[in-house]
Amino acid sequence: MEYETVIGLETHVQLKTKSKMFCGCVNLFGSEPNTNVCPVCLGMPGVLPVPNERAMQLTALAGYLLNCEVPGFAKFDRKNYFYPDASKDYQITQFDFPSTTTGHVDFEFGGGIERVRITRAHIEEDVGKSNHFAQHSGVDFNRAGVPLLEIVSEPDLRSADMAYEYLNALKEILIYGGISDCDMEKGMVRCDVNISVRPIGAEELGVKVEIKNMNTFSGMRRAINYEVPRQIETLESGGTLVQETRRWDDIAGITESMRTKEQAHDYRYFPEPDIMPLKPDEAWLTEVRSHIVELPLARKQRFVRDYGIPAQDADVFVGNVALGGFFEKAVEGAKNTKAIANWVINNLQARLIETGTTVDELKFEPAAIRELVGIIDAGTISSKGGQEVFAELFENGGSPVVIVESKGLAQVSESGELEKWCQDAIDSNPGPADDYRNGKENAINFLKGQVMKASRGKANPQVVGETLAKLLKG
Amino acid sequence: MADTDFDIQYVANLARIALTPDEEAKLGHQLGDILGYVKKLEELDVTGVEPMAHAVPLANVLRADEVRPSIPQEAALANAPKQANGLFIVPKIVE
Repeated sequence: MEYETVIGLETHVQLKTKSKMFCGCVNLFGSEPNTNVCPVCLGMPGVLPVPNERAMQLTALAGYLLNCEVPGFAKFDRKNYFYPDASKDYQITQFDFPSTTTGHVDFEFGGGIERVRITRAHIEEDVGKSNHFAQHSGVDFNRAGVPLLEIVSEPDLRSADMAYEYLNALKEILIYGGISDCDMEKGMVRCDVNISVRPIGAEELGVKVEIKNMNTFSGMRRAINYEVPRQIETLESGGTLVQETRRWDDIAGITESMRTKEQAHDYRYFPEPDIMPLKPDEAWLTEVRSHIVELPLARKQRFVRDYGIPAQDADVFVGNVALGGFFEKAVEGAKNTKAIANWVINNLQARLIETGTTVDELKFEPAAIRELVGIIDAGTISSKGGQEVFAELFENGGSPVVIVESKGLAQVSESGELEKWCQDAIDSNPGPADDYRNGKENAINFLKGQVMKASRGKANPQVVGETLAKLLKG
Repeated sequence: MADTDFDIQYVANLARIALTPDEEAKLGHQLGDILGYVKKLEELDVTGVEPMAHAVPLANVLRADEVRPSIPQEAALANAPKQANGLFIVPKIVE
């Protein structure tokens, strides 16, 4: 029997705030353990958690970027469970009235555009970090209370690769919107994966297995690629699958059972009595909406459509927003947009990386690249001369036209001086000249090289070729 | 009127408390009385009444995203039964 894989993801993303979700402790990775903590995030009795307004704004903004609705009413709830990394023995989250609902993410996959529906994106608090030792575990609560956005997708993903691309697209959107830095190394993105299989054509979903706490996208992809055949083999061999939570062992490359449905946690959600409900009004939402940015995919499509550049080039300008912004200014009113893209990507980007410079620190205006491409296309300078002009431009700024003048880089195209160089080359190299006359067309390249040398690179190679051919044939 | 429609052992497990059979009987009876008392509320007709999220009629009580000082590590760990290298030491639980 042929099976279809059905995957839904719950993605947890730390929000880019200065302080934690319910207290003023700094939201910062990498500090000494238990130094960014206070009675609120340590779960001491009698404290009062107060939601961070910036986190609520970022939640609503994320909702808009994920095409979600932002309802006029939301609230917080307590999710009760015992685990050492939960300081209060409950987590403050949103249960039945989340801050955003029903959206979707469009992303590129398999040569087309796919859409994954978003069930909801709600705000909650992160938990502490456990370090496991031989006999004990050690808990650091610096992470406890960091604002965490949980983005729940519908089971619309059909393969590990598709899930992988969805996560990359999601990450890019969140980085674009300034919602999160999505730094994987710092554990800012983690996801739970729900996987089931069903016979192709079946309406009903198969028995669902949840794999918890994946902290790399590649690990998630490997886990799915392990789990899907396991489920299919179980069914094929006449076995039955049980709804369960499994753990991914990245070293062994397998999933193993953590708990079944019968052992599932009873979280006993109830409204958080310490926090007032949220009723975002129109003025507040309008302010949030003013921060909506163009999504990466839309940006890519626009660059390809409006500037006629290849998709790979557009990808560079999606991945590097500042460079893309520079390109958009450079390309204003230009004809040869592809050449401008090439200069920006191959030359400018390379130099920026080499020198550790940012686009903001550049000593020249974007229009200078347009000017540079213009004078190359006009034959005023060679592309090699262009490299020299660019080097000078990058070092000291200025205008390409002025640099060409001051460095004497303009190509010689007038026949007078050129013809003399060409005649000299022919006269001093009778061998290659005869070869050419006898039909060995390549021999002209040697003569061309001699002329370029004599002109110290200033001769226009195209005109040199034409002149040589004319003189040799004449 | 006592409410007996609950599992005292299940509830005790959720609260992570160990009860002797005697305690189970005693606490089960007491909890049943409490639930039975609260159950009186079910006699009220609340048709058409919106569930409320909070008893206080306030919304959007938020704080600005400003960092305030945390407490020193020694203070954070002061009540820890066990500590090492700045961490709260707990029994090893891997889930």
